[in-house]
Amino acid sequence: MRMTFLLNGETVVADATPTTTLLDWLREDRGLCGTKEGCNEGDCGACTVMVTDAGGARALNACILLLPQLAGKAVRTVEGVAGPDGGLHPAQQAMVDHHGSQCGFCTPGFVVTMAVAHLNGRRDHDDQLAGNLCRCTGYAPIIRAAQAAEAAPVPDWMQDAPTDSAPEGVAAPESADALAKWYLANPDATLVAGATDVGLWVTKQFRDLPKLAFLNRCADLRGIEVGAEEIRIGAMTPMTEVGAALAGIHPSYAELIRRYGSVQVRNAATIGGNIANGSPIGDNPPALIALGATLHLRRGDARRAMPVEAFFLDYGRQDRQPGEFVEAVTLPRNAPALRCYKISKRFDQDISAVCGAFNITVNVGKVKAARIAFGGMAGTPKRAAAAEAALLGRDWTSATVAAACAAMTDDFTPLSDMRASAGYRMEVAQGLLQRYFADLAGAPVSVLEVRA
Amino acid sequence: MSVGKPLPHDSAMLHVTGRARYIDDLPVPAGALHLAFGLSAIARGRITAMDLAPVRAAPGVVAVLTASDLPFANDVSPSAHDEPLLSDGTIHYLGQPLFLVIATSHGAARRAARLGRVEAQAETPVLTIDSALAANSRFEEGPRIWAKGDVTAALEAAPLRLQGRIEIGGQEHFYLEGQCALALPQESGDMVVQSSTQHPTEIQHKVAEALGVPMHAVRAEVRRMGGGFGGKESQGNALAVACAVAARLTGRACKMRYDRDDDMVITGKRHDFRIAYDVGYGPDGRIHALDVTQYARCGWAMDLSLPVADRAMLHADNAYLLPAMRVTSHRLRTNTQSATAFRGFGGPQGMLGMERVMDHLAHALGMDGAEVRRVNYYRPAEGGSAPAPAAPPRDISGQKMGGAQRIGSGTGGARRFGGAHSPAPAGGANVTHYGMEVTDFILQEMTEALLATSDYAARRADIARWNAGSPLLKRGIALSPVKFGISFTLTHLNQAGALVHVYQDGSVQLNHGGTEMGQGLFQKVAQVAAARFGLRADAVRITASDTGKVPNTSATAASSGTDLNGMAAQVACDVIRDRMAACLAGLHQVAPEDVRFAGGMVDVGGARMSFSDAAQTCYQNRVSLSATGFYRTPDLSWDRIAGQGRPFYYFAYGAAVTEVVIDTLTGENRILRADLLHDCGASLNPALDIGQIEGAYVQGAGWLTTEELVWDGSGRLRTHSPSTYKIPACGDRPDVFNVALWDGANRADTVYRSKAVGEPPLMLGISAFLALSDAVAACGAAWPDLQAPATAERVLAAVRRVRGAGPA
Repeated sequence: MRMTFLLNGETVVADATPTTTLLDWLREDRGLCGTKEGCNEGDCGACTVMVTDAGGARALNACILLLPQLAGKAVRTVEGVAGPDGGLHPAQQAMVDHHGSQCGFCTPGFVVTMAVAHLNGRRDHDDQLAGNLCRCTGYAPIIRAAQAAEAAPVPDWMQDAPTDSAPEGVAAPESADALAKWYLANPDATLVAGATDVGLWVTKQFRDLPKLAFLNRCADLRGIEVGAEEIRIGAMTPMTEVGAALAGIHPSYAELIRRYGSVQVRNAATIGGNIANGSPIGDNPPALIALGATLHLRRGDARRAMPVEAFFLDYGRQDRQPGEFVEAVTLPRNAPALRCYKISKRFDQDISAVCGAFNITVNVGKVKAARIAFGGMAGTPKRAAAAEAALLGRDWTSATVAAACAAMTDDFTPLSDMRASAGYRMEVAQGLLQRYFADLAGAPVSVLEVRA
Repeated sequence: MSVGKPLPHDSAMLHVTGRARYIDDLPVPAGALHLAFGLSAIARGRITAMDLAPVRAAPGVVAVLTASDLPFANDVSPSAHDEPLLSDGTIHYLGQPLFLVIATSHGAARRAARLGRVEAQAETPVLTIDSALAANSRFEEGPRIWAKGDVTAALEAAPLRLQGRIEIGGQEHFYLEGQCALALPQESGDMVVQSSTQHPTEIQHKVAEALGVPMHAVRAEVRRMGGGFGGKESQGNALAVACAVAARLTGRACKMRYDRDDDMVITGKRHDFRIAYDVGYGPDGRIHALDVTQYARCGWAMDLSLPVADRAMLHADNAYLLPAMRVTSHRLRTNTQSATAFRGFGGPQGMLGMERVMDHLAHALGMDGAEVRRVNYYRPAEGGSAPAPAAPPRDISGQKMGGAQRIGSGTGGARRFGGAHSPAPAGGANVTHYGMEVTDFILQEMTEALLATSDYAARRADIARWNAGSPLLKRGIALSPVKFGISFTLTHLNQAGALVHVYQDGSVQLNHGGTEMGQGLFQKVAQVAAARFGLRADAVRITASDTGKVPNTSATAASSGTDLNGMAAQVACDVIRDRMAACLAGLHQVAPEDVRFAGGMVDVGGARMSFSDAAQTCYQNRVSLSATGFYRTPDLSWDRIAGQGRPFYYFAYGAAVTEVVIDTLTGENRILRADLLHDCGASLNPALDIGQIEGAYVQGAGWLTTEELVWDGSGRLRTHSPSTYKIPACGDRPDVFNVALWDGANRADTVYRSKAVGEPPLMLGISAFLALSDAVAACGAAWPDLQAPATAERVLAAVRRVRGAGPA
């Protein structure tokens, strides 16, 4: 595989196997050791780099970025965040002035994330930096630095303007049609969307991936159309864009996405990938199921659609044929009663122990419709059918809610693992329905909204 | 003067530009090889067969070694020689290194290491405290027991009494830079080892043993670590020894770094503890007697578990004068990673046990937690918190600080455990359960100040009102104090050396036995050195820790880095400065006392010259401008078996008030505000000290909230990467985070009257755990009995307990 891209402002050519990660290439082939390996799985942010293309600049984890994803883009590492003459970026200067580094190992990643946020005018620093772990400082001086740098102008050198080009020697279809044709001919291939999962197959599991297709060049698989009744989201739309588009429409879903991975992960991860990989703990499916969303699949020229919940057959098994791929998902625009609750050990960048989504229509005190879906409660994302049945047609009261909570034991037999015990999962699932009841009534239900 | 200034970390510019080099960033010679361990997949048993042919056949593999291939010592233990580098046939834990792969790349070594086919006779592993007790699987012959007074009688005589127990989870260090070492073979069999270690001398020692050479043939060097926290005190030995052995075998440079998952599976963590207590007390909240039993899960090898467990015992009183006390400590051996040093070194666990007792009896009495604590405090030091001015101005050419003569505490002889100014004992001496008189206690004043600045009383009342109107969310608030003993409890470790050169152009190069892991040690010591010469801190060149420059160093641990190495550097600088003063005084016909070093200039009885001119003059007059410095902490005397003596030179103090909120439906919880007040003596660098305090608090709070280590029934660590093990993220720090330094000089004669700061503030995080318990207590009448770490799941369980509901 051979590809061209901009590295710290200079055109470079990389010739490597398609599963080479950007991090390894930077450190081992280019001797650019400023970018650090902290976890090699996209969870610590020490390897954060800035990637710019026509869609703008964003922070990404280099440890799980595969080189072909970067063809025709611009990469800026910590070495390129300082000016060509060695002058510091405002974020770098602020980190020095505010004592934002101690051991310094996480610092390059923080600096790059801060520089991208600065470039994009972002001031929600806690969210922007949620994907960068620091074990020394307790973060307070880093946030002070980020705030101090806010007003400084963006240095000229941060503006990259790469020339788009495709990687050579690897499948990187340019459209959904091209992908459909290629995949039909190569149904045993692995599709790479954002590589936030496939990246780990490479770095942790050493899986052999002889046949790959990189989907990031399929422009028509990406994008969000907001219609009067329905929203259509292309499978290759990164979660960052999904979250931004839904903020004013489904605020609770958007808040869930705010806590989905981290900035770096949401910039890479796609909604299609999150559904297609069939994880029982992905955070999109519960929300989509509660919304009554529809999944659109394509195999060659054949298309079919199904409710999102129907896609998940069993643990590790989805209703997807060889050569078939997720093209889009559509969801209703109007769902004022939708609430999504994510329960995890840590608020940010953590995989859910339980993710619950609720969408219940109450008319004149009676439950007219109920859609409740959970992640983390079964081998697949799954509706709480018995609980829904216990609600339908009943008065919307705490007694009805209690009955529905009791019914959940018929819906789920959760497992114990390192994230939570089975008992806790069940208790939380029931508690979240009670929370939903209080939430719709206007009571404060989120510890995230309490201030000292 | 450079001392006391809030200068940035010396490497800050290198950190932010990515130019700071860590071991894995160092250029390696052509042909360098890379290593990886093949790991055990079971927790206990005997290896019956190892088929390593597939490993040897894997692409890039140069050699594969097992224990029988090792030329000399097969041991990487820092203590009891019970830790083979590669299994000798017995398997002690899941993740134990069994064989060593040497390959042409890091990736090739990792891939090949998975291909070993190991057959073993599995045995039932001892994994838990209970199973270790049942099997009497322990280090030392039986529990260690220390006592003060007749505990049994005092418990029986006490008006009130209660019992309880807390389980305290361990903690993964999660240094951002994983373990890493690089060995570079030299002529004549010598070896240079670059190691990410807090203890270069230990690396040198273990590598020498493994190569069968004297220590003089091995040089260990480290410029910086990407975090240590105790996790690089002994845990780097295996990598350094493996690299050295492989380099000796191949004649090529060998490097090893653990992938994060391997790092977490192989290396030791903070000890998890169970602490049971039986306390007798009065209706006023005063404790009459306390009987504490500590159970430490030490893992498979001894490592540093004995001193860790000792320190837990030493902090079982925290800040409280207990008339009668007994501490029993079980050091249990289990088939898990060998638990090791972690910031606080047992102190946090011991202290949490005591704070749990305080909370429990406050709850039983319906008293305010802060009040119960104040009732039981040690008696205050005479003269309040700051009897001497902070960093008093001194005659720069002059003698030792005069403070030592004026200040009692910390200056007594080894047998006199109190200072001259100790208050007269009233109602029992102000001594700990290990017989050390507490003469520098300042928590009364600190607590009063913190309660005022944090507006504790008013907020407590506000929270009660808020809780009354909030059925689902509850807030809680708590104060906890810290009294932490400073010194290695293995007394001989309290020594340090330094090497200072002044070059003929007046530039200064500094080296000492401490290591830099982010704490700012190098900058603080440079500030001291610069002050001795009257120079700016940046005039002093900081160099990598190097066993070839300063030998026989102690680990940079026990918070002692600045106390020990700062003093050693001061001594070295003073030797050179006094030589220069004598030379210049002779040339100018003035008394040496009239030579002053300040502002980059040297004033010789009226004549002024730059420091560099002064150095040039001294050089031309054949004055030695290089000196070593040596320091050993005075006044220590400790019998760890009897549990009697003076193990600590002084105590560092702190207090914290934390407010939290919990959700009673899920147990989700968050820190809303933290107010910290911490005692660094006369701070050498307030910015670095505040950085240590903020970071330590968040790390301590993480230990007791989201950081949960989970092993399954086979002994497999299920939380072996950041996807499953959750250290605090940015948004987990308190929304409101007020950190202040207590302004006062150390009574003990430390470097510029500063105090150690590395570990003590970690225990301020205990207040977050106590605040969570307080919030849970707002849900009902029963005792929350919250266990640690207080994950959302454990908080919810406590809410149910308080409400009298059974488990779900």
